Amino acid sequence: MVKDKTVTLQHGNGGKKMHEVIEVFRSKLTNPTLDEMADAAQLEVTSGKIAFSTDSFVIKPVFFPGGDIGELAVYGTVNDISMKGAKPLFISLALIIEEGFSLSSLEKIASSVKKAARASGVKVVTGDIKVVEKGAADGIFINTSGIGVVEKGGYFTGAKARAGDTVVINGPIAEHGIAIVNAREDLGFTGDIKSDCRNLNHSVEKCLKASRNISVLRDPTRGGLATTLNEIADNSNLGIDINETDVPVRQNVRKLCDVLGFDPLYVANEGKFVCFVREKDSEKVRKAMGPGSRIIGRVTKAHKKKVHLITQLGSTRILPMLEVSQLPRIC
Amino acid sequence: MKRNVIKLMEVCGTHTMAIARSGIRKVIPGGIELISGPGCPVCVTSQKDIDRAIMIAREKDVVMTTFGDMMRVPGSRTSLEGVKGLGADVKVVYSPLDAVSMAKDAPDKNVVFMGVGFETTSPLVASAVIEAKKRDIRNFSVLSNFKLVFPALEAIAGSEKIAVDGFICPGHVSVITGSAPYEDIARRFGKPCVITGFGQADIIKGITRLVDQINRGDNRVEIEYKRAVTNKGNTRAKSVLDEVFSPSDAEWRGLGKITKSGLKFRDDYSFFDAKNRFPVKVPEPRVPKGCICAEVLQGISRPGDCRLFGKACTPSSPVGPCMVSSEGSCAAQYRYGE
Repeated sequence: MVKDKTVTLQHGNGGKKMHEVIEVFRSKLTNPTLDEMADAAQLEVTSGKIAFSTDSFVIKPVFFPGGDIGELAVYGTVNDISMKGAKPLFISLALIIEEGFSLSSLEKIASSVKKAARASGVKVVTGDIKVVEKGAADGIFINTSGIGVVEKGGYFTGAKARAGDTVVINGPIAEHGIAIVNAREDLGFTGDIKSDCRNLNHSVEKCLKASRNISVLRDPTRGGLATTLNEIADNSNLGIDINETDVPVRQNVRKLCDVLGFDPLYVANEGKFVCFVREKDSEKVRKAMGPGSRIIGRVTKAHKKKVHLITQLGSTRILPMLEVSQLPRIC
Repeated sequence: MKRNVIKLMEVCGTHTMAIARSGIRKVIPGGIELISGPGCPVCVTSQKDIDRAIMIAREKDVVMTTFGDMMRVPGSRTSLEGVKGLGADVKVVYSPLDAVSMAKDAPDKNVVFMGVGFETTSPLVASAVIEAKKRDIRNFSVLSNFKLVFPALEAIAGSEKIAVDGFICPGHVSVITGSAPYEDIARRFGKPCVITGFGQADIIKGITRLVDQINRGDNRVEIEYKRAVTNKGNTRAKSVLDEVFSPSDAEWRGLGKITKSGLKFRDDYSFFDAKNRFPVKVPEPRVPKGCICAEVLQGISRPGDCRLFGKACTPSSPVGPCMVSSEGSCAAQYRYGE
């Protein structure tokens, strides 16, 4: 147990003090590979293809309603691997900590990493800690990389979408982005707005068991659902039609979006994924995705590389990719 | 219908966005043309006012605060976002009171709030100024670029060039002003006014009521948005505004100088006037070549008429304010492909 209240440059010196910080994480994430404390982990994976992904997490605030940077860093990489149809197995954890960061916060983050790794069934097998001078970072940055085994029939890409596929989503959108804005700016909106930050690998497994006719899996994180669908339309050289009334958005999230002038279709998610599947299996997949999931549209040859939104009025408009980040409006 | 085309102007930028997002133009009859008015506060801010804000932001120990919409609006050479990238301390706030708190927490800095907006926003800023005075926070000031809707409406209603048949009036502004000030516009210029909310049904109802009036030859003010708007409006907000500011002439992008259409500090509060505190000399702005935002703001041209639209001018590299603002008509057309 570390006694100092904040991280100092001494905690990054490679010596005894650094091992105190390492121990905060190692003690919680213990497994034979990590416990070797070697510079590299030796891993055993089954023969065949592996999926490999890396991501950096620089979120502010570090702790937010519904999660924190530790959970986000694990789930983010677990989900990226899952979206390839792969089973995530191992992840690395690299921390860049700003001098002065609270050690109790670091302990909380370590506990969150442990919780998220356990929920996802992955092992943290290697890691790194660097401490930088005050002002050189913003509290804490985390990088995770992960390895997963591609299951038979897996390895999904946007290019595999087919005309006639239905688009299914596992629940209401825009919760993570709005929870973060609300917390970061201390807007004080109540109504239980929480991030949807969670692992998706188990839900994906259920979907893959429910249907062999899945063509695309994708989690709409930054840029939101609209941007993700545009990427898929572009990769597949096909069009996508989305019914506005079918896209689930919780009432409290929609209201806050209205106040800020944000379009929920462009707000980030951290626990949502879309599944493109042959129409005959769409209902089976929807059920496998769990409560809250909805069929929101379909793939078409009619307008290649473009996403169309059929509005509540029945008119159709283009749903483009996010051009610039959304900023709160004036009135 | 009595006429071939009925031209209705939605004054407010939020209406412009809502109309585009809901695809309302595609479901109304062809004989009704919806044109966007000057009700986007970002779009009507003059280039010189933006240049001034950028120059003040570069002053030593200044923290320039503003609403998110203003960050990317191009001045003559750069934007607030651009100058932030070069090291100026520019921050987005969600309320002017956040800027007051920021000033309290950083007594060695001069926190300036770039105030832009109509009757909806300016009372909030007036209360922030009153609060700063009460708490004796002397390192806070406001760069007032506020605008009043009615003088601009008069200018448009009286213009033969624009030839609007009726106004879809702004819900948010009317919550504060009430419906009474529209009576004059409707009577003097013979233009019906309907105050509407921002839902699809609200807007369609507003359009229907305007068309009804035009067909009957009526020129009345109707409140479709009765759940929020009264005849008198918010008297408290109006009195707060009146305590801090008084009307002054203002420069509107596209419309030029309009008498008594802006707000200046009253003497009792002039201490908080950033124009006094930072008397920067702003050169005459360089107007971007080819940009027709001025005509778009008056409803004379549509965004698609601009040769820069979607080519040299896009939301990620906007030339004019109508493309950068989240409520601008060019941004609406670009985003929703109308």
